[in-house]
Amino acid sequence: MSDGRDEPLLSVSSITKRFGELTANDDIHFEIDRGEIHALLGENGAGKSTLVKILYGALQPDSGQIRWQGRPVSVSNPAIARRLGIGMVFQHFSLFDALTITENIALALPKRPRLQVLARDIARVSEEYGLPLNPMAQIHDLSVGQRQRVEIVRCLLQDPHLIIMDEPTSVLTPQEADDLFVTLRRLSAEGRSILYISHRLREVKELCSHVTILRHGKLISTCDPQKETSESLARLMVGSEIRDVRTSAATIAEKRVLLSVRGLSLSAGDQFDVTLRDISFDVCAGEVCAIAGIAGNGQSELFDALSGERTVENNRIYIDGNDAGAKGINERRKIGAAFVAEERLGHGTAPQETLSLNVLLTQARMNGNGIRGPFIDYGEAVEAKDRICTSFDVRKSSADPRAYELSGGNLQKFVVGREFNRAPKLLIVNQPTWGVDAGASAHIRQSLIDLARSGAAVVVISQDLDEIFEIADRVAVLSRGKLTPFTSSRETSRETLGLLLGGAREGEAASAA
Amino acid sequence: MRLELVKRGTEATFLVFASPFIAIAITVFVGAIFFAAIGVDPGRGVYVFFIEPISAWWSIEQLLAKATPLILIGAGLSLCFLSNNWNIGAEGQFIAGALAGSILPVVFYQFEGPLVLPLMLVMGFAGGAFYGLVPAALKTRFGASEILTSLMLVYIAQLFLDWMVRGPWRDPASFGFPKTRTFNDAAVVPTVGPFDIHAGLLVALVVSFILFVFLKRTLKGFEVRISGTAPRAATFAGVSNRNMVMFVFAISGGLAGLAGVIEVAGVAKKLQPVISPGYGFAAIIVAFLGRLNPLGVVFAALLLALTYLGGEAAQLELNITDKVTRVIQGVVLFAILACDTFILHRVRLIRRGK
Repeated sequence: MSDGRDEPLLSVSSITKRFGELTANDDIHFEIDRGEIHALLGENGAGKSTLVKILYGALQPDSGQIRWQGRPVSVSNPAIARRLGIGMVFQHFSLFDALTITENIALALPKRPRLQVLARDIARVSEEYGLPLNPMAQIHDLSVGQRQRVEIVRCLLQDPHLIIMDEPTSVLTPQEADDLFVTLRRLSAEGRSILYISHRLREVKELCSHVTILRHGKLISTCDPQKETSESLARLMVGSEIRDVRTSAATIAEKRVLLSVRGLSLSAGDQFDVTLRDISFDVCAGEVCAIAGIAGNGQSELFDALSGERTVENNRIYIDGNDAGAKGINERRKIGAAFVAEERLGHGTAPQETLSLNVLLTQARMNGNGIRGPFIDYGEAVEAKDRICTSFDVRKSSADPRAYELSGGNLQKFVVGREFNRAPKLLIVNQPTWGVDAGASAHIRQSLIDLARSGAAVVVISQDLDEIFEIADRVAVLSRGKLTPFTSSRETSRETLGLLLGGAREGEAASAA
Repeated sequence: MRLELVKRGTEATFLVFASPFIAIAITVFVGAIFFAAIGVDPGRGVYVFFIEPISAWWSIEQLLAKATPLILIGAGLSLCFLSNNWNIGAEGQFIAGALAGSILPVVFYQFEGPLVLPLMLVMGFAGGAFYGLVPAALKTRFGASEILTSLMLVYIAQLFLDWMVRGPWRDPASFGFPKTRTFNDAAVVPTVGPFDIHAGLLVALVVSFILFVFLKRTLKGFEVRISGTAPRAATFAGVSNRNMVMFVFAISGGLAGLAGVIEVAGVAKKLQPVISPGYGFAAIIVAFLGRLNPLGVVFAALLLALTYLGGEAAQLELNITDKVTRVIQGVVLFAILACDTFILHRVRLIRRGK
């Protein structure tokens, strides 16, 4: 046990962590060897983040042991983790928009370095690992992929033996993800180990040599992803078969346009906001149209304009033939539209209120489902809540819990179900299955298709290409506030879509390099 | 070793109800220390301040008369605070209501009859609502902080009242004293029932009950609540933030104005340079102590009314300044806010090193 060369780099045994009633990690053990790319696979809420926080010293386990190069260690804070040689690239970046790359990295280092020296180091490391960056570029000029490179370079400058990456591709285009994989393989070839956290089976199979699967806080299996099929991995991750979403081609007998957008432009609220530029499209009854795009390219602005939370001029937005541009959100609901916001807690629902009262939120003050003139009919609201929860299989801890007590997936099913309960002609959904487990996702996607086939128009704004190919009849890409023309999703490949997603950013990438 | 506040997952139901009582206990305890510090026997001080004022029937009448404006203002402020709007200027709206409501008995004093009093109440409400809408408009139009503007408007109202009773509205028969003519009988809030209950108290109780039902049973009440706890969700529900600000300021200002006209038409029966011992500020404490619940406000108002009587008693019997009232009111607010922290948080002891 002298230098631990024969020992695995990291070995974790019997790690248990409880939060009150919930056991987030239950007796977890696994090992990572030098140069290994090890995947940590699991649905949202499976306990991946907790485990990673324990490894990185941000949380302390209730029991269990961590051995680093054969020696038992106590990682009581992130500084100790960094000293041991554990680096972390977070899912959400913590960078200051108004500073340069070099300044941002300098802030994160333990000792304040000289900026010119640091800039040279950054240039060298980014060159070496194929992560082109201009050390003097300001963060707000960078794309999401470039920001991630900054985080990776920041991590590499500390020469880590183990790099933990939390859902790194969730914000990347397919091409950017491919570039990232090249970098990761190079790091692995150098003998650095990588712990790769994901719920995307395809990536795990493509990149990793070992996979540890968690479900409800328990260790399910550690296996070789190359010897498994995507189906068997999915089964291990979810614990049951996931129903495939059944889809049929849209049959549009008579072309009835339910949503028409004409030359919609929106000015920026603040310096870093994205504007919408001259957006036009039509959506017909019976079809699901998807608007793809990486977050921050104008999706929230487009959703706000379509929902009427932010009103625009007349002659820009028509809902079922009505000029709705200047109408507020409730007036648009009254002519048959329904909306599902991206942020389900705090935007789609009032967290402190019960589910039955949250039913009232999108009723546009119209009678029914718990509203009687100016009064609330609690009995009727409870009935409506029960109807929604039954038809969308919303699982809850008590009869009428407050919104914040539901898990993400169940709350999302409720929020979508609430709009179905109103039988809308037009449904606009922003990120329908973001952060939702596979079972709930399948349910939501199937109902979106069924709603369209029953004669409604459905617009899905999504970052998730798998989702788009699964449910959309037509697809367009929103990038830097501009929308490409719609094409049939059957005649479009992932690669074309990927290029379009990153397309408008090529010029900028060159200028930054 | 240090203490750390940790968020609870859910709110501690027991503390929601217990917190006001714990706060009252802390206030009495701090009051005793305070009396000891100024050389008064703490036992006697606490007795004179908190117990004696409610030991005789006539002083209970006093208590109810002082609680009336506190209930009215506190109930309105509850609505305002629930929706996350911070009206600190109820004192000014109280004065504005008293002034507007006094137009009839001071300027048109020949006009008598059963219509006078109802008209005065309506005008008092309107005057307070109008004065409350000024900070609301400044907030929605220019984004000015309502905390500052509503507070500054208090001083304007106080000085305007002072000028009115010394100048244009001074009673010609007052020998130069700064006061208006005494209201004639038609303009005075009567006492009713076998116990001579001040009719204003009944108005206050009815108002707080209506507001309670409003918050529990109406869609608008629900919207008031979510405007405070989940503003984004409120926008999603089609609630206009601008209209909501105007609405709660009009209601809370209006009720403060109503309290103002009831006070001058029921107690002093005339306008003077000073018509309120700080009801508008004390009502802020009442609203929080009453859990921002219009029915809870009724009980909180009784406690705060007691501090006024206690202050007067302390001045008479213990020869100490009645400023002690302000001190005790401040302690109540501190204690309730501190106790409320533990509804959503608990304390954890952290030992250093490991």
